Amino acid sequence: MRLTCPLCGPRDRREFYYYGAAEYLNRPAPDAAPEAWDDHLHNRDNPAGLVQDLWYHEQGCCSWLKVTRNTVTHEIVTVEPVAGGAA
Amino acid sequence: MRIDGKGRIDRTRPVTFRFDGRAYAGYKGDTLASALIANDVRVVGRSFKYHRPRGILTAGSEEPNALVEIVGPANQTPNTRATVQELFEGLAARSQNRWPSLRYDALEINDLAALFLSAGFYYKTFMWPRRFWEGLYEPLIRRAAGLGSLSGRHDEGVYEKAWAHCDLLVIGAGPAGLMAALVAGRAGADVILADESSEPGGRLLSDDGEIDGAHATDWVARVLAELASLPNVRLMTRTTVTGAYDDGTYGALERVGLHRSPRPNLPRECFWRIVAKRTVLAAGALERSVAFEDNDRPGVMLASALPSYLNRYGVVPARRVALFANNDSARSTARSLMAAGVEVVAIIDSREDAPDEPGIALHKGAQVIRARGRMGLREIMVRAGGREFRVEAECLGVSGGWNPSVHLTCHLNGRPRWSDALAAFVPVEGAVPGMLVAGAANGSFSTHGCLAAGAEAARASLAALGVAAGAVELPQAEDAPYQIAPLWAVPGKGRAWLDLANDVTVKDVALAAQEGFRSVEHMKRYTTQGMAPDQGKNSNVAALAVLADATGRGIAETGITTFRPPYAPVSIAAMGAGGRGMGFAPQRILTSDQASRDRGAPMVEAGLWYRPGYFPKPGETTWREACDREVMMVRCSVGVTDVSTLGKIEIQGPDAGRFLDFVYTNTFSTLPVGKVRYGLMLREDGHVLDDGTCARLGDQHWLMTTTTAAAGLVMRHLDFVHQAFCADWQVRFASVTESWAQFAVAGPLARDLVTSALGHAPDLPFMGCAPVVVQGVAARLFRISFSGEEGYELAVPTRYGEALFRDLTARAETMGGGLYGMEALNVLRIEKGFITHAEIHGRTTAFDIGMEKMVSGKKDCIGKVAATRAGLVGPEREQMVGLMPLTGSVLTAGAHLFAQGADLVRENATGYVTSVGYSPTLHSHLALGFLKNGRARHGETVRLVDRLRGVDVLCTVTDPVFHDPKGEKLRA
Repeated sequence: MRLTCPLCGPRDRREFYYYGAAEYLNRPAPDAAPEAWDDHLHNRDNPAGLVQDLWYHEQGCCSWLKVTRNTVTHEIVTVEPVAGGAA
Repeated sequence: MRIDGKGRIDRTRPVTFRFDGRAYAGYKGDTLASALIANDVRVVGRSFKYHRPRGILTAGSEEPNALVEIVGPANQTPNTRATVQELFEGLAARSQNRWPSLRYDALEINDLAALFLSAGFYYKTFMWPRRFWEGLYEPLIRRAAGLGSLSGRHDEGVYEKAWAHCDLLVIGAGPAGLMAALVAGRAGADVILADESSEPGGRLLSDDGEIDGAHATDWVARVLAELASLPNVRLMTRTTVTGAYDDGTYGALERVGLHRSPRPNLPRECFWRIVAKRTVLAAGALERSVAFEDNDRPGVMLASALPSYLNRYGVVPARRVALFANNDSARSTARSLMAAGVEVVAIIDSREDAPDEPGIALHKGAQVIRARGRMGLREIMVRAGGREFRVEAECLGVSGGWNPSVHLTCHLNGRPRWSDALAAFVPVEGAVPGMLVAGAANGSFSTHGCLAAGAEAARASLAALGVAAGAVELPQAEDAPYQIAPLWAVPGKGRAWLDLANDVTVKDVALAAQEGFRSVEHMKRYTTQGMAPDQGKNSNVAALAVLADATGRGIAETGITTFRPPYAPVSIAAMGAGGRGMGFAPQRILTSDQASRDRGAPMVEAGLWYRPGYFPKPGETTWREACDREVMMVRCSVGVTDVSTLGKIEIQGPDAGRFLDFVYTNTFSTLPVGKVRYGLMLREDGHVLDDGTCARLGDQHWLMTTTTAAAGLVMRHLDFVHQAFCADWQVRFASVTESWAQFAVAGPLARDLVTSALGHAPDLPFMGCAPVVVQGVAARLFRISFSGEEGYELAVPTRYGEALFRDLTARAETMGGGLYGMEALNVLRIEKGFITHAEIHGRTTAFDIGMEKMVSGKKDCIGKVAATRAGLVGPEREQMVGLMPLTGSVLTAGAHLFAQGADLVRENATGYVTSVGYSPTLHSHLALGFLKNGRARHGETVRLVDRLRGVDVLCTVTDPVFHDPKGEKLRA
């Protein structure tokens, strides 16, 4: 698997650290309902198809990246930096 | 035997080798298989289950029979295919799965018991009594069945791994691959041409064909010379592409040193990861056999192997050869053999309408119904037109047609398509993104078809990359149509083999179908067909055709099992190259490493770091003696230890304070310059991530420390919080862990030692920090303590670390102090109830460790909301406590806590132990642990039980801070 880092170019997956669903970017307000926090922290869909998740270019530029990919075809659709509006 | 004037071996370079202890002669350029054939060795191994004598079937990496052990000075490599192993001087090989010898094998009795050893026999036979399975049946079965053996020693051989990148990867250097590489190479593309064999050319080296009116090998030589002249083309021989992976990544195994005498620094193999923008798969096709009774006799071979042995190695397995075929391709084999003086006694062609072949005894509409000759073929029985007759021959070449090598097209879940015209599976387009399949691998079996397809695939691949390929003239070559009438198994009563490597017969497959294993995947697992080292290359298609027949379905409907990587066996040592022993993980070495080792300190691993465990003194016989002494030294005078492994992160910017308030539970923005504060960091789910101190070095300049274990984790976390939630804040950070060497000085005489080192009194309050100069070097001084004594940490740029360490050690020793190691450091912190990742292990909250008051109510922070959710606070939580044994017993980490009198069952466990040590200060073993509602239970007695280590002790529950609970010594 290879990801095209917006800063570094195409790199092997071994350079990246996988974190989890891009939902982690949507941090609820401190006073949001407990259900909202539960959903944010723990509840995840497991779709066959398009997913968005977070990868960290740990052995590169240290950018956090939002990756849109297809779990069925393994196609990488987009790789965007988290900083600068992805949230 | 050897045929004069034939073959590509170097007859000026004789080579001697040994097989089963006996010396033989061959030539450079031989494989072990060709050299054994030259020496008329017919039996090379015993079969997997029935221990039947077996000879060589093929001339390629798909060989199912001729698996041998290669015995080197440092390595014993089992299951090596003799057809791939090149000969070198001194090569020693040994046959497998026989005892006491290849000729007389005691377990040949299995062959007589074949009636009871059919598919699934062990599932049915070895069921009772149940307890006999592990102790008796399984070892017996494993001993009786199987292939090669391991030496039981470490493989000390050198292996390599490497990466390569290219525009176009061409897999296979036969006519299609060579043409593709030529077109792409001339166009200037960055090309890798990988071929499994020692010499490129593919079938052109084996068959007596012509290209452009001359011998095909002349054309091969010309193309190779041109490719060699192109700097943009890399030719990788002896390299098998073993797997196709996502995004153009391929695995490949190169045999670097396996074809020559071992040398100390020559790698045996190299495992490549090749990243290709485009790929042309030109892997060719594999011939398949036909099943008939006793078709596994030594001397029954694939028809195409015969011209390979003749034209590449100048050997033939017998003077009298018969051929059995259902297609035309055996005809050229016959002509080739006859030209070399071999007698072709008959061609048995199963097709009634087979074309005539002048000069050869041709039997149309005929079938071979049996082979005879236990240790080597003597004769075959033929049935033709209702008549049965014998044909005497020592070798039978069988051609049941050709299977395109579609394997790599299936690695990303592609399913090949059945072609009725070819009676074979062919690849589907787009099965692997970026890959085009050309030549025989795609079902074009003529030389012209291969050349044309290779050129076209290269042109299309380059077009996709935006590279224009110039016109390349196609050379002239044969373009015969492929004519085949499928024949999988000749009807008959005896055993007819499908999978030679795993001893699976037509009857086994029929039995599987009869017993309900009708799916091809079920049949495979029930019979083990296709699960041997050849992974069914010789048997898959025939086996599923037999299954289709037995279940009354078509082949396309029956389908084929999944081809998975690797295409050919890959040694674990090659995949894990460099990872053995100390190569498993990088080592991080302290600046004080040598100084510590000089003093005899045993090093312990802390993450990737190596830290001294303790510093033994003369006369001390156990680590505990040294540890106790070092603890008392710190409590009574002064100790020095290297704490550089702690993570250090410099944070700068106008928003740094605000950022720290967001990642720490407590407030940092209000901390004055020159002060240090202890901080707690949570994960967003409310559990503790890490703890450490953070010093304010300047108005916009901070230095965070993390625990040794979590340094990388915290850096990743800070990057995430910053980039995800506050990317617009003006704050930047960098890891400086390796930039500074930092030493802790602790004990009642710590101030005296620092004064002596600096040349003046430090004059720092508890939790203060200041820039200092130590012997002319700009340094940082912190007054912090992890021991409970007055403590300082002195940091200098790494290059001065060792000098400062030696200097501080010498000064400490003149004051009656000295060095202390990890063991003493651990006891000191347990006495003080300071936590490490033994306590903040990922399932504990700030509440659990008694630090809920450190979660500021005045601001938001990561983890704050979740930390207070139901279930993470309250008396039901296991809370951190101290534990002291009522008697002087040893305590163990991992022990569980029970109420006195409770049954020792899991449901009654009410807590557990995380850290233990012996405190020479308090003359008692101590433990830290977690106990349900523990803070309300100080003074109670609980039972500490560790059944693994036989510990069962009553303990008093205490406050976690055993020593100096008011911290008077710290602030002295």
